[in-house]
Amino acid sequence: MNDLAKRSGRGVYVQGNDIDTDRIIPARFLKCVTFDELGPALFYDERFDSQDVSKGHILDAPVHQGASIMISDTNFGCGSSREHAPQALQKFGFEVIIAESFAEIFHGNCTTLGMPCLIMEKTQRKRLAALVGQHPEAEFLIDLQAQTLIFANEQFSFTMKDSAREAFLTGRFDPLDELLVAKEAIHAVATRLNYSDHSG
Amino acid sequence: MGKNLYQKVWDDHLVGPLENGQYQIFMGLHLIHEVTSPQAFGMLKDKNLKVAYPRRTFATVDHIIPTDDQSRPFSDPMAERMMAVLSDATLAHGIEFFQPNSGSQGIVHVVGPELGLTQPGITICCGDSHTSTHGAFGCIALGIGTSQVRDVLASQTLAMDPLKVRRIEVTGQLSSGVTAKDVTLHIIRLLGVNGGVGYAYEYAGAVIEAMTMEERMTVCNMSIEGGARCGYINPDETTFAYLEGRERVPTGAAFDAARMRWARYASDPDAHYDDVVVIDGSAIEPTVTWGVTPAQALGIGERIPDPAAAEGLDQELMTDALRYMQLEADAPIAGTKIDVAFIGSCTNGRLSDFQAVAAAIEGRKVASSVRAIAVPGSEKVDQAARALGLHEVFTAAGFEWRKPGCSMCLAMNPDKLVGDEVCASSSNRNFMGRQGSSTGRTILMSPIMVAAAAIQGAVADARDVFQLEQTS
Repeated sequence: MNDLAKRSGRGVYVQGNDIDTDRIIPARFLKCVTFDELGPALFYDERFDSQDVSKGHILDAPVHQGASIMISDTNFGCGSSREHAPQALQKFGFEVIIAESFAEIFHGNCTTLGMPCLIMEKTQRKRLAALVGQHPEAEFLIDLQAQTLIFANEQFSFTMKDSAREAFLTGRFDPLDELLVAKEAIHAVATRLNYSDHSG
Repeated sequence: MGKNLYQKVWDDHLVGPLENGQYQIFMGLHLIHEVTSPQAFGMLKDKNLKVAYPRRTFATVDHIIPTDDQSRPFSDPMAERMMAVLSDATLAHGIEFFQPNSGSQGIVHVVGPELGLTQPGITICCGDSHTSTHGAFGCIALGIGTSQVRDVLASQTLAMDPLKVRRIEVTGQLSSGVTAKDVTLHIIRLLGVNGGVGYAYEYAGAVIEAMTMEERMTVCNMSIEGGARCGYINPDETTFAYLEGRERVPTGAAFDAARMRWARYASDPDAHYDDVVVIDGSAIEPTVTWGVTPAQALGIGERIPDPAAAEGLDQELMTDALRYMQLEADAPIAGTKIDVAFIGSCTNGRLSDFQAVAAAIEGRKVASSVRAIAVPGSEKVDQAARALGLHEVFTAAGFEWRKPGCSMCLAMNPDKLVGDEVCASSSNRNFMGRQGSSTGRTILMSPIMVAAAAIQGAVADARDVFQLEQTS
């Protein structure tokens, strides 16, 4: 197996459809000029009450400490485009997100940060979520090339957006260097586009 | 077969294919604000990169800015820091910054259109999901993450996957008292919060064609709430008339040439669509939300749905939403008590929103139990409203008339709900905790419906409160 295609780690299931990026990282934590301190603020208002006392969220369960694979339900990461959300997930320790579907801006942000978003249909995902609850100590073995996942001796399949999968398999998930190569072609498009000059 | 607008704009802005199968697309206009961009300048510095096309990026400050006392330094030190970082970065890179008191500051999606920066046939991006607003002008307008802001600053391009296009035709004619906000909430209610994933939405049909540009912006603004990557409306005479004479729009012969070019971007009559949805606009009622996503919406005359009628996760989602909102299944939404009324945001913070409300509330009073604030979307909206005396109408009715900013839409400034207050809000998101309190509750609706709720102290049908029914 291609090493770039491998992911492993322990998992946690965060239940819910339409989990929006305001829930993943509440807006007050967006008051920052770097992403460095965002990890502890992940899902803050779901995890802590207004006195900062733990509500016993699954992410704070002792058995799930150190989990690096999150499983959720449909339309994960909807709403605000804030990259603070995937940044907070990554800084908290997550490396892979599994859901039935993802909001597109969130998906794009995760990909650029090197965090694969795996799409898994409902029946398998429910089975996987149940197994993770029963075996929080067990390790995932994920193969992005074969689009398969082995957990607790059971095999699951998932899909990925083609361009994202290709980006991970080649290790080029951050597009910037490739975008910069096209300097002359960019200039040609800029010149060809007969925009009116915006600057006052 | 002809092309739709999305395909035409894509083809014009295509730089070339990328190795992973995506495409490199040129961005004509890049808008930035203080929340999602300072980090991108840090990333550029780390890589020792410059801004490639500084004259194609424009900055404003909107999310963190206070709407009462805007004097510097801001009372919140972190807000002051974000402002300072943006200010320094724009200065260092030669980017035009619409500072407070420049006469041009405001919410990024209000500022772009009113200055005429937003034009048909262009690509626009901004580190803000409501960038979809600009699609009202017939352009492809995309919300992006901070790493992509970095990409655009460094290269003026984005790596993109092509989208499918869904045409949404809203036919017929809206009833009196039904607004663009009701249309967009209705569409999201029908198609769901993830119905648009993978799509650009093209809004069309008699109802859309009859809308003003400000109404069209309200519709396109909430495309993202329906899961669509962007939304647009084909440019027409309404579009061109709005743009003519704007500060950053060419004049004279150059305007005539631009107008001809803009018109060519409209979808061809025989254009291909991946999907078409037809919605009867005549049947749309004033629409409000009852839950914690914009799709959890209903007509003002309807009863809150019963989770017992749903299945599986949908049922859990509805039950959770009702618990959070402290609402009962099968109860009417009308009559739900409110504590706060908020009129503003990139969805409904434009002059026509305040004009419509002012005409209705003149001589009326906000209920004594309600804290009501009106926040113009920009300094230009504020000035125009003041010139018409609208601020006095709002103030006399018991609203606070504030300075421009995003304000209580996402409460990154001091404007927040307290505890589990209920807010009748003209904004775009009713997510849990969205308005600054982790237990705060949001009911989305049109500005005129917010005004009706403010006066009644409870969710109410604006058509009854303000006698808006047509007599004919």
